[in-house]
Amino acid sequence: MPVDMPVQDVVEQARRGLASVEHVPGSAKPDALLVADGVRRSFGGVNAVDVEHLEVQRHVITALIGPNGAGKTTFFNLMTGFDKPDAGRWVFDGRTLGGVSASRVAKAGMVRTFQLTKALARMTVLENMRLGAREQPGENLFAALVKPLWAPREREITDKAMQLLERFKLDTKKDDFAGSLSGGQRKLLEMARALMSDPQLVMLDEPMAGVNPALTQSLLGHITDLRDSGTTVLFVEHDMHMVRHISDWVVVMAQGQVVAEGPPADVMADQAVIDAYLGAHHDTDLGDDALLDEGGAIDAEAEAEADAEIEEKP
Amino acid sequence: MRPVDTVVRPLRPPRTLVALLAAALAVLATLVITAVPAGAAATPCEPDDTTACLNITVTEPGSGPVAGVELTVEGQGQDVSVTTGDNGRASVPLTTAGDYTVTVDEASLPSGKGLLHPEANPATVPVVLGRSAGRIVQVGDPSDAQPGSGGGASATPGATSAPGATAQPTDEAGTGTEASAGPGTNRYAQLVLAGTVFGLLLALASLGANLIYGTTGLSNFAHGELVTLGGMTAFMAVQWWDLPLWLAIVVATAAGALAGWLLNRFIFAPLRRRGVGVTQQMIVTIGLALALLSTYLFIYGAQPVPIVSGISTRMQIGPVQISAQSLVSVAIAVVVLAAVAFTLSRTRLGRATRAVSDNPALAAATGIKVESIITRVWIVSAALASLGGVLLALYLNTTRFNFGSTLLLLMFAAITLGGLGSPAGAVLGALVIGLVVELSTLFLPNDMRYASALVILILVLLIRPQGILGRAERIG
Amino acid sequence: MDLGQLFTNVLNEMTGPTAIAYALAAIGLNIHFGLTGLINMGQAGFMLLGAYGFAITTIEGGPLWLAFLVAVAAAVVFALLLGLPTLKLRGDYLAIVTIAAAEIVRMIGRSTALTELTGGSEGLTGNSFKHTFQDASPFPDDRWTLGPLTLATNTSNSWWLRIVGWAVVALACLFVWRLIRSPWGRVLKGIREDEDAVRALGKNVYSYKLQALVLGGVFGALGGIVFVLASSVQADSLGRPVTFNTWTILLLGGAATVLGPVLGSLLFWGALIFVRGLLRGVVPDGSLTVQQIEQVGWVLVGITLMLLIVFRPQGILGDKKELAINAR
Repeated sequence: MPVDMPVQDVVEQARRGLASVEHVPGSAKPDALLVADGVRRSFGGVNAVDVEHLEVQRHVITALIGPNGAGKTTFFNLMTGFDKPDAGRWVFDGRTLGGVSASRVAKAGMVRTFQLTKALARMTVLENMRLGAREQPGENLFAALVKPLWAPREREITDKAMQLLERFKLDTKKDDFAGSLSGGQRKLLEMARALMSDPQLVMLDEPMAGVNPALTQSLLGHITDLRDSGTTVLFVEHDMHMVRHISDWVVVMAQGQVVAEGPPADVMADQAVIDAYLGAHHDTDLGDDALLDEGGAIDAEAEAEADAEIEEKP
Repeated sequence: MRPVDTVVRPLRPPRTLVALLAAALAVLATLVITAVPAGAAATPCEPDDTTACLNITVTEPGSGPVAGVELTVEGQGQDVSVTTGDNGRASVPLTTAGDYTVTVDEASLPSGKGLLHPEANPATVPVVLGRSAGRIVQVGDPSDAQPGSGGGASATPGATSAPGATAQPTDEAGTGTEASAGPGTNRYAQLVLAGTVFGLLLALASLGANLIYGTTGLSNFAHGELVTLGGMTAFMAVQWWDLPLWLAIVVATAAGALAGWLLNRFIFAPLRRRGVGVTQQMIVTIGLALALLSTYLFIYGAQPVPIVSGISTRMQIGPVQISAQSLVSVAIAVVVLAAVAFTLSRTRLGRATRAVSDNPALAAATGIKVESIITRVWIVSAALASLGGVLLALYLNTTRFNFGSTLLLLMFAAITLGGLGSPAGAVLGALVIGLVVELSTLFLPNDMRYASALVILILVLLIRPQGILGRAERIG
Repeated sequence: MDLGQLFTNVLNEMTGPTAIAYALAAIGLNIHFGLTGLINMGQAGFMLLGAYGFAITTIEGGPLWLAFLVAVAAAVVFALLLGLPTLKLRGDYLAIVTIAAAEIVRMIGRSTALTELTGGSEGLTGNSFKHTFQDASPFPDDRWTLGPLTLATNTSNSWWLRIVGWAVVALACLFVWRLIRSPWGRVLKGIREDEDAVRALGKNVYSYKLQALVLGGVFGALGGIVFVLASSVQADSLGRPVTFNTWTILLLGGAATVLGPVLGSLLFWGALIFVRGLLRGVVPDGSLTVQQIEQVGWVLVGITLMLLIVFRPQGILGDKKELAINAR
């Protein structure tokens, strides 16, 4: 595609490109940013992840859904280098990333957040943000000793951090310890921090979990903003309401495998998807707005943890 | 610092523990029953129905065999002179059973060298037809001569000019009573036996630290002082209160249990309630260790305080000797370890303990009273440490204010080797450590025994960071 | 009881080589623990290696600068040996490996096998390695009095050693101050808080942890040199208790602060000497031996360490606000 095309057109084109994609697991995308092949990871003989083929379209929001224990978070961990697969390879933006360390994956432009928020509690909000920036000469031990070597870059990243903090409405908290923020604010901070490095792909692990419903709408807005400014988004979510509203494409995992793919409306109606969910827990009504209620979200989180524990067992 | 709850600490199914104990017993049994002296095949002398072989090896620890040493073998009407060969060995075929006297001609030793155990020259070796009898003579610099087990109290708190340094003598613990190869024993077999005995006792002493780590994530640096507590209580019971040894062991174990309850009730339970992190709690245990160690030194002084005086009768079984005391100690250790394994695997309490280990939050959610489990774990853990302390004190023949803290690192090594939080691993690790400690004396000076165990620990972590039986951790 | 003499003794100890040595070791430990969250339980091993490196080089005829270099190099190599295999593992492993490695160094040092090099458990006498340092002094050989303190200018526990020692401490503090406020220090603090988060931001956590371990170990080695320049190199005088004291000092002063380790060392040694002197004056003659009074001092150190963690874990200089967050 032409380089000088305005961002919104690029995004629009990418979203339209999905219209011609087949609604089957592992379907090819017109402009795939991340392509995974035969990725497998087992814990004590149980395949937590067994993905034959998966492509993630550039410039759109892709949701990764599935019942508890479907292997979504494990898949995230594998893609971002936080876990090592038993087999498989994947290509990100033309680079093979299998076996690459987590920090290099992040440097390559694939930045993630965590299900249990990892705000760096005893650092200020602004320091959290600065840490996210790349190419800091002052991060070298010897250069750090000579302030003039890194002061200009420090000013640049501080400006950028303040812009992002304003966007996420955290600018008034910049000198507070991150540990003093509310759960939702920490989620926002983590997302903003990830954006400090201008990533190509942001991977959000349950961005809605534990977030105050009052913040939900603005969080959704931030995620669509991300896409509209040209960043590709892949997120794991239990909240079907959110999935339906903001995702351009939905990938469904169950028992480690990709069982369905397609636009949100189609996927929600897919019998295979309903079966996958019903097999896990009968009380979940897909797209039920009741899940937006905080209690529901917390329950889901607790269950996810419980399932993770079970996965752990041989 | 990472939050505790991201760390999964599985307690392994204790079936492995039982298997390990069985294996350790099998090793012991093999050593005791079969009389196949290692290294006998290399000698020209072959024992048969009418011949016995007396093999004498002269070595210098750390540098190897010593050739050209002249020896005389006397007894039963024979008087033979031999010289050691390049392998440091001399072999004398004998046709009459009985006791022989082996004398080393000290003048024939390399210049500047002397016998490490001059008091054992000449030595009497019993010879049985159809068997090989062995004797190992160690030489070295005369200044290296090993003090008798128990060691002298060379550490005297003194000059205040360098406080901290001299105030806490860090003399090494004594030599195991089973490690010294008496006459008529095969050195290798004897050391394997000694290592197994030491390993089992170490397993008993360290198991508690592992249980505490498993349930609370805490590395207890005061565990060594709980071990010392056992030794010291037994010492007081026997020497001050004139109790019989068996009762002293019971009293010491009870004292340990009480100490465990007190520590948890008044220090660690409040810390957990206040949400103090495990790293901070660990530093509290360091302070506790320092306070207890100094208290022991205050009360008992730096001198060794042996629980029993006098030497236990030693029995010659096959190529090895073992004292009755050690046999009983091993029996106690095996029975107690088996009981712990049974409790962990078969009882409600054990299952609850394992559940707490796996995931305290989940265990609490399923109705397990986590705090009450942890209280019991502390009591059992300190009692085990104390019991292990008495047995180790008897085995090492030394009870000193710091003998537990000298063993602390070996215990940590055992736990880490086996895999943190895995009880079966702790037993396996302890056996490995015990064997390494004793067998290393074949190649290294005696005072590097403990260092060799720690080197093994680091090497194992290089190859298999999760320990022998531990499992790799999962992130996220 | 002679209170004047007691305060002179306290002042002497607070400004003396032991306090300097521990301050340097604690500054190193602060880089490990306060900044990066690494649990190094073998700081005494770094000190001992520094001491051996310095003393043996001097005894073999090396000049002063070479002796310093060898001491620092020994600490660097030791840190790499310990860090390379363990810094990818969970924190507990580093604690166990460092404490084990420090003990190995001590056991090898005191072993009979290396008596020719290390002097075995007897150690190396001060006179065999102090001359290059003392010869570098610009002062004449004399005894000078400043306030209540009268000390030799150059030999052993001297003015020269104290001046150089405190100068090194001051430089070290400046160095740490600069680093804590740099992006490098920011990465370390991030690792202390949550290393996975830092990894996810594209930083090579392993490399930073290794740098911190090496740097802190070098300060430990410098502390070891100061320690032995006032006495002698003896493996057992730099054993596990030294590491534990260093931890107490760091936590007393306040981890992650620039001046905490220095303040901690001053107070630790001052208080210890004060308590001992006081006990000697108060306790009736004959009821306690001199050794027992020392033991009481150590019991109090242990209890202080425990109480500190419980009631003021941020230390004297630590930030109360940071602490509130730490409690989880």
